[in-house]
Amino acid sequence: MLAVAVGIVGVTFGVLADAAGLSLAKVVAMSALVFTGASQFAAVSVIDGGGSGAAAVGSAMLLAARNALYGPVVARGLPRSTAGRLLGAQFVIDETTAMSSVQDNPDDAGDAFWWTGLWLWSFWVIGSVGGALVGSVLGEPETWGLDAAFPAAFVALIMPHLRSSPGRFAALGGAGLAIVAIPFTPAGVPLLVAATAVIPVSIIATRATGNGVRP
Amino acid sequence: MSWLMVSVLIAGAYGFKVLGVFGLAGHRTGRVANRMAALTALIPAALFAALIVVQTLGSDQSISVDARLGGLLASVVAVSRRAPFVVVVVVAMAATATLRAVAG
Repeated sequence: MLAVAVGIVGVTFGVLADAAGLSLAKVVAMSALVFTGASQFAAVSVIDGGGSGAAAVGSAMLLAARNALYGPVVARGLPRSTAGRLLGAQFVIDETTAMSSVQDNPDDAGDAFWWTGLWLWSFWVIGSVGGALVGSVLGEPETWGLDAAFPAAFVALIMPHLRSSPGRFAALGGAGLAIVAIPFTPAGVPLLVAATAVIPVSIIATRATGNGVRP
Repeated sequence: MSWLMVSVLIAGAYGFKVLGVFGLAGHRTGRVANRMAALTALIPAALFAALIVVQTLGSDQSISVDARLGGLLASVVAVSRRAPFVVVVVVAMAATATLRAVAG
């Protein structure tokens, strides 16, 4: 079920990446090798908005950083060998971490991690390819309202992050900084400016709770 | 987006994952690690909000209110009714395309 849902999100990514002018090969490379959805959406969205490649990669990297925090959570289910860990690392994303973390013992955690990873990866790549092919026959993106698909995708993605009050403040701060930065900076840069909103919010949140915010 | 940039993104995204799996991020406990975790956890909220604003109101370096705003409102309604991801996206596209057809 989860894999099918992820496949459909992959289709959306493929369509949007195509609208942003990415070739099929680049769509496949991103989905198969970057394999972290939020970063991919952010990158193609910056490109679509006329931003530079550097600004696109910058925003995508900021979002990819959280996968480093997931490593320790899934580590108990991973093989001891370096090769096994290097391979497993590619599957460390939101969903595999969630599925692995709810298991009772390391064996089950490992099974959940690998199966979730393999299924999601396959559906994500296939979905992206399908989306890119659909996108290439759609024609003029504006006629279909495709430019409205980007913000809508992020509305869906942001919801879980608005459950905590630090998350809500970070969102408000990010949105505010982005609006202020639009007229003064080249496309893509407002996002990097907006990311600085997390610094004051996290300092205040860390002081308030003593140990920071958990994802 | 050039192949160079795609490669940088691939290397960077994988680098973060490897960092976590090999414990470089996890074994360092204490205040610095906690601060980093707090910062990283908040990045999606700030960046997604900024992306929503930029994609809805931005056109090059100016702010313009157009049919995209209708799409955004439609997506908020869809999300608040717990619609699945694709429905949220399609509803926003349909609302924007309709507004454009009617106005244009």
